[in-house]
Amino acid sequence: MAAPISAQIRPMKTSAELALAETFAAARTALPGGPDVAAQRAAAFGTFADAGLPHRRVEAWRYTDLRALMREARPLAAPPDAEAKARAATAGAMLAGHGFRRLVLVNGAFVPELSDLAGLEAGLSIRSMADALTNGDALTARLGQTVESQDAVLALNTALMGDGVVLQVAAGTVIERPVELVFVTTEATPVSMFTRSLVVVEDGASLTLIESHEGPSGVAYQVNTALELVVGAGANVERVKITAEGSDAVHLATVLARVDATATFANTFFTTGGLVVRNQLLAHLAGEAIHARMNGVSLLSGKQHADTLLSVDHAGPAGESRESFRAVLDGAAQDIFQGKIAVRKQAQKTDARMLSRALLLTETAEACNKPELEIFADDVQCGHGCTTGTLDQQLRFYLMSRGIPAKEAEALLIQAFVGEVLDAIGNEGVRTALTDATQAWLLGRE
Amino acid sequence: MAPLLEIKDLHAEISGGRKIIDGMNLTINPGEIHAIMGPNGAGKSTLSYVLSGKPGYEITGGEVIFRGVNLLELSPDERAAQGLFLCFQYPLEIPGVSNMAFLHTAVNSQRRKRGEVELTSPELVRKVRELGQTLGINAEMLKRPVNVGFSGGEKKRNETLQMMLLEPYLCVLDEADSGLDIDALKVVSNGVNALRSPERSMLVITHYQRLLDYIVPDVVHVFAAGRIVHTGGKELALELEATGYAQYQNEAA
Ligand SMILES: Nc1ncnc2c1ncn2[C@@H]1O[C@H](COP(=O)(O)OP(=O)(O)OP(=O)(O)O)[C@@H](O)[C@H]1O
Ligand SMILES: [Mg+2]
Repeated sequence: MAAPISAQIRPMKTSAELALAETFAAARTALPGGPDVAAQRAAAFGTFADAGLPHRRVEAWRYTDLRALMREARPLAAPPDAEAKARAATAGAMLAGHGFRRLVLVNGAFVPELSDLAGLEAGLSIRSMADALTNGDALTARLGQTVESQDAVLALNTALMGDGVVLQVAAGTVIERPVELVFVTTEATPVSMFTRSLVVVEDGASLTLIESHEGPSGVAYQVNTALELVVGAGANVERVKITAEGSDAVHLATVLARVDATATFANTFFTTGGLVVRNQLLAHLAGEAIHARMNGVSLLSGKQHADTLLSVDHAGPAGESRESFRAVLDGAAQDIFQGKIAVRKQAQKTDARMLSRALLLTETAEACNKPELEIFADDVQCGHGCTTGTLDQQLRFYLMSRGIPAKEAEALLIQAFVGEVLDAIGNEGVRTALTDATQAWLLGRE
Repeated sequence: MAPLLEIKDLHAEISGGRKIIDGMNLTINPGEIHAIMGPNGAGKSTLSYVLSGKPGYEITGGEVIFRGVNLLELSPDERAAQGLFLCFQYPLEIPGVSNMAFLHTAVNSQRRKRGEVELTSPELVRKVRELGQTLGINAEMLKRPVNVGFSGGEKKRNETLQMMLLEPYLCVLDEADSGLDIDALKVVSNGVNALRSPERSMLVITHYQRLLDYIVPDVVHVFAAGRIVHTGGKELALELEATGYAQYQNEAA
């Protein structure tokens, strides 16, 4: 079978791309999984090698040119030693104390002894991805099947995936206690991590899934993480993803979500950390009458760059989706929001609305919105809007005239700005923690 | 006794624009109620903004001494903590900020700045509810975002509530009566009168004598073209109601 010509003639160019090829060549035999997985990895690396690191001329990556932003590829992180595990013990502080079931991954590896695996609810199964790949698990046959994508960063993840979590909730099971995946990087030298998780919430089941990412500031480590999420018919999944990486980190995250009929799916991104952050969420709303909510808050300062790519694919009739994004930008930060709503021919009576709003706190901050509608059904309601503005000086004065200092007045107004998104989070503990984190961010501003 | 407020030969203009306050002088002693009346566009609201430190105005001359400090050097929140309160002619709506959270932040910011103990949530809620009752503001309105969806009269009551809670030394009321029905006018006036004390003064900007039947002034000033052009007792308000401002506008020109 002939590959497209352009793919054949594109040589590996950048030093990062060359380093990734070396990394793959050196690691491929040691990476977990049998021959099937090895073949999948090789094919995925081929996809990556053909495309290279995404750059400006790749439409989906237009504003986040990884060839320029990722000059080097870091070596794969070694499995965490005792010292790394000790350092990771305090990870996930933002959501500590809420009694969530924490599953801790240190430098990309699942660490059972730091994880809370006791008293698993009936119907909940949890296993490390490395273990599932090495020892075989029927679920892993689903890898790569959730939502079709040729994205090069995802392909790289598939080629190099080391560990992650495989989690399943049996049909009809309601898991009350939220599950939190705590991803922590502890290394003081720059390393790279490729984690892949698979979460299957079967028909009628219910799960709150939190994911947090953190690591040391001042270290240019690289995270490439991916999640495949299957939301069965009538199931209810709320996911919250916190990106609080260290100041110099590159964080690339992909979520492939397949949602079946009458299910409810909510996803909230909360991004405060990392130098370059990409969150891509491809949601395939396969069945009818699905309720989906995909929201996000970015709080960025300095030279931070965050890019959210959202693709909502309404493939079944009578679905409803709401997408609401808020970016608060200080310093010379940049926020990019690319949101696409597609409504397929059979998805009549779809009701989809997307709104992204950016608040610029300085003249050097930048926001970029790229909404896109692709509608093939004729009886639908779809809309999108985006705004970019500055703080209302009249309101600021009104608050100050009541004795509220400038910084706190601004904090009140900004909390109100992001409140609409945070208030929509179903889990109260998470909602409070993120509101507090927002306040801390606001009061810590220069 | 030292004056509470002294405005001396104050000149102010809109940044990059024209002069609005033009040689204004005014002394208010503790406990006094001063009314300011004057034609539309004379600069009354501008005066209140300049006093409270709103950005966008340039002070080009003169000074303002309030409780012994140079008011013009303070930021708006510092002026508030010093005891200045402006009751806005057009109170603003603040979506997403609940009334109660706003009041809590305001009270405690001022207390912190003055080195006083902060109020706990229950203390504040109790106080606000009590004041709300006297002003006809119910618990549901207190939960709503500040002024959002409030009628004109409700906004004015809400301003009065803030003023009563913050217990300032000088209340500047900019057309506290505009948009109020007769009952609301009484409610708001009662609130203002409840605050009267030998240490506290009021500067009441109004177009109508009627408000001054409820909030009885010690002194009435005519304000035209950016300064006070005439001063009299409370009977001056009645006189103005009959004659209008024509003669004083000539004086100002
Ligand atoms: N931000 C501004 N930009 C331009 N002109 C302004 C601004 N603010 C006030 N002015 C002008 O300054 C003048 C004084 O306005 P101000 O609101 O102080 O009058 P006022 O005496 O309060 O009037 P009213 O009785 O109608 O409330 C008016 O001519 C007004 O148009
Ligand atoms: Mg006015």
